[in-house]
Amino acid sequence: MPRSYKELREVIENKDRGLREKVMSLTEAIHLIQDGDHVAAGGCHYSRTPMAAIWELIRQKKKDLVYSRSISSTEGDLLLVAEATKHVITSWFSPGVTWGVSRAMRHYIQEKLAIYEEWSHMSLGLRYRAGAMGIPFIPTRVMLGSDLFPRLPELKEMECPYTGEKLALVPALNPNVAILHTQRCDPYGNVQSEGLPFMDQDIAGASDKVIITTERIISNDQVRRSPDRTSIPFFQVDAVVEVPYGCLPHECYGYYEPDFSHMDYYVKLMMGKGPEGVKEYLDQYVYAPESWTDYLEMLKFGDILRATTDGRSVYND
Amino acid sequence: MEEVFTMTKNSYNTAELVAIMSARLLEDGKIIFGGAGMPLISCVLAQKMHAPRLTILFEGGVIGPHIEPGKLPPSTNEQRAARRGNMHLSITDVLLLQQRGYVDYGFLGGAQIDQYGNLNSSFIGDADNPKVRLPGTGGANDIASLASKILVAMHHEKRRFVEKVDFITTPGYLQGGDSREKAGLTAGGIYRVITHLGLFDFHPTTRRMRLEALHPGAQVEEVQENTGFEMLIPDEIGHTDPPTEEELRILRELDPDQRYTRAKDE
Amino acid sequence: MSDYNPAELTVIMGSRALQDGQIIFAGAGLPLLSAIHAQKMHAPSLAILFEVGGVAPRITSLPRSTNEARSVRRSVATPATIDMMLYLQRGFVDVGFLGGAQIDRHGNINSSCIGTLEKPKVRLPGSGGANDIASSANRVFIISYHEKRRFVEKVDFVTSPGFLEGGQAREKTGLMGGGVEKVITNLGIMEFDKNSRSMTLTAVHPGITEEEVREKTGFELPVAEDLKTTTPPSEEELRSLRALDPEKRYLKAGDF
Repeated sequence: MPRSYKELREVIENKDRGLREKVMSLTEAIHLIQDGDHVAAGGCHYSRTPMAAIWELIRQKKKDLVYSRSISSTEGDLLLVAEATKHVITSWFSPGVTWGVSRAMRHYIQEKLAIYEEWSHMSLGLRYRAGAMGIPFIPTRVMLGSDLFPRLPELKEMECPYTGEKLALVPALNPNVAILHTQRCDPYGNVQSEGLPFMDQDIAGASDKVIITTERIISNDQVRRSPDRTSIPFFQVDAVVEVPYGCLPHECYGYYEPDFSHMDYYVKLMMGKGPEGVKEYLDQYVYAPESWTDYLEMLKFGDILRATTDGRSVYND
Repeated sequence: MEEVFTMTKNSYNTAELVAIMSARLLEDGKIIFGGAGMPLISCVLAQKMHAPRLTILFEGGVIGPHIEPGKLPPSTNEQRAARRGNMHLSITDVLLLQQRGYVDYGFLGGAQIDQYGNLNSSFIGDADNPKVRLPGTGGANDIASLASKILVAMHHEKRRFVEKVDFITTPGYLQGGDSREKAGLTAGGIYRVITHLGLFDFHPTTRRMRLEALHPGAQVEEVQENTGFEMLIPDEIGHTDPPTEEELRILRELDPDQRYTRAKDE
Repeated sequence: MSDYNPAELTVIMGSRALQDGQIIFAGAGLPLLSAIHAQKMHAPSLAILFEVGGVAPRITSLPRSTNEARSVRRSVATPATIDMMLYLQRGFVDVGFLGGAQIDRHGNINSSCIGTLEKPKVRLPGSGGANDIASSANRVFIISYHEKRRFVEKVDFVTSPGFLEGGQAREKTGLMGGGVEKVITNLGIMEFDKNSRSMTLTAVHPGITEEEVREKTGFELPVAEDLKTTTPPSEEELRSLRALDPEKRYLKAGDF
């Protein structure tokens, strides 16, 4: 059952929303996540994925999470195989069109080891938006007539009280913790993302707690020079962690494109051996390194350099 | 591996044919919501050929990007798909533009389609015990529910063109007749299906799929053989012009590695 | 004892009611002056939000309206108006700080009309964001000049809900924000009884008597058993305040 407005509001009212510094380590930040929490990740597919946060929560052996994201890519495989979640809420789930249907996802879902709750992309976005607005649902005109509709007990149909039209009602989605990666954020948690905004703004507003990992921590003065670029204000944020290359092997707009050779390597392993291949990957790239920096050192510098050159090139045009 | 047609002096494969035939349907000055893969490449081809003012929207949150030849994005939700856009906006907001009525065309691919244009990208087999769990709808359900005219590009084969899809992820005309409108889907509907055999539209009242035109060399019998339901065949059937050298050249510049225009499974 | 006028006194009392680290929604005029004053005195990290989109600005020159560039200066974010209002609805705002034309026993505010809406004696400018703030802020402070025609038994029109008819009436309508906590005037400070939700005098300012407050109130005003007297404004408080409004645009003598 979704939580009542009163409960959701009390969580916000009772947390320290003051203008204060909240920079901490990745380990400390991920301690804000409890077993059983609903964790929503920002970005979309293999873009601006909060990979370092996901990597750390797997290492901290979080369990029974509900995981939601607009579109889930390889990070969804990792969470399933690491048994951090048995319940994924998303609209599309696989590494990417050119890499085929995830064998890891298929194994966990088809063997009923986990649930894939499928919403259309927009209806999922509207769920976060209703959550951010503090309202219980939003009416929309998608999902009607599809077979997705009857599989989602939370989705309801209503007759519009103004026009008599048929409408689908999507319920608010209020995650316990949002994990979001950005390019620039100040020590207070004022987020200035670049490029595609995805659903991050609504996820931040809908969640009880918000963890920001960022390529750079910039000064509060710099934020105040261009406040119109701020997408998430400090009072929605609980933790700020500086993690350069925090999305790899996924991309971060304007900073780096995906490390396609590493993605190819992962997909080959996953599609070749299924969940066993993902376990091997987890052992090698998630559990073995001492730190995120150690993990980055395992990637090939030439690949990162090419990804970085291509990523930065959007500002060369 | 590749099945290559050699009916004209220009040789091309089925994926190239579908991309070119799709691109020809797109008019200049229109706004189109495109998916990754075949829809994307057809839109960019149309821009280069005859529709320079065709505006592409991607669900990743971009309005009117410039896609660089040779750097086609594998997903519509990433930096390459956002390049030199007029605007970046949230996923929810770009999808809502369709609900407001701004979008002329929605362009989709699909794993399975039925005689009423319903698409399945969720399950092969029974949804409770699927043979294959597919990736899911993404924005496809939203696009097909809301865009004014829906185009679907597919490889034409019996296992994909079925009497009834295993699961309606993305609504076409549902059970035919006025069932789409009755379900509350007041806008749009499937406009054309483009395959490597021909172009298909829908009967105005029964809403059943109908052959509109055959591509060069394709036969009515071939369409029937590769369709898992009874395709409506009108008395008069159109014939499309073969791909031109220019179309093929531009297409191949766009996708030099043939990431999207390999012959099979587009 | 320092010399000060009613507006200065009220603004300083409003300033003292604000705590460091809070997030407040402030209206233009005296509420805003109180908030900036609090930042200078004891609450440097008080974050001020305006309904038209500035988050935590650093105000150097006092704006006449909250809807202009001066009130956005050096903000950390400039969200759309609707998003600013939605922060209230989501519970992010500790204090909504309002002024008002007319206020009643249960803290309801009227900024729409004197007389009836059908045949108004005076048609006032309207709600603006006041209804939104009063509905949804975690708590509301009101600043007003204390006089009989403003403090009435029942407002002519409830633009911004306080505790409505008192008791549980506010909760029953579905309003989730906490309602009015303090009314700060040039005579004293009023709070609301936990059960009846009626305005009660809890403090008088230096030199002001209980009788004087009751005389200038248009309804029977109960007085708290432990009625306090506030500490007079200090030199430092006054100096800091006057520097904010050197032309005395807001800090005029007399009523405000």
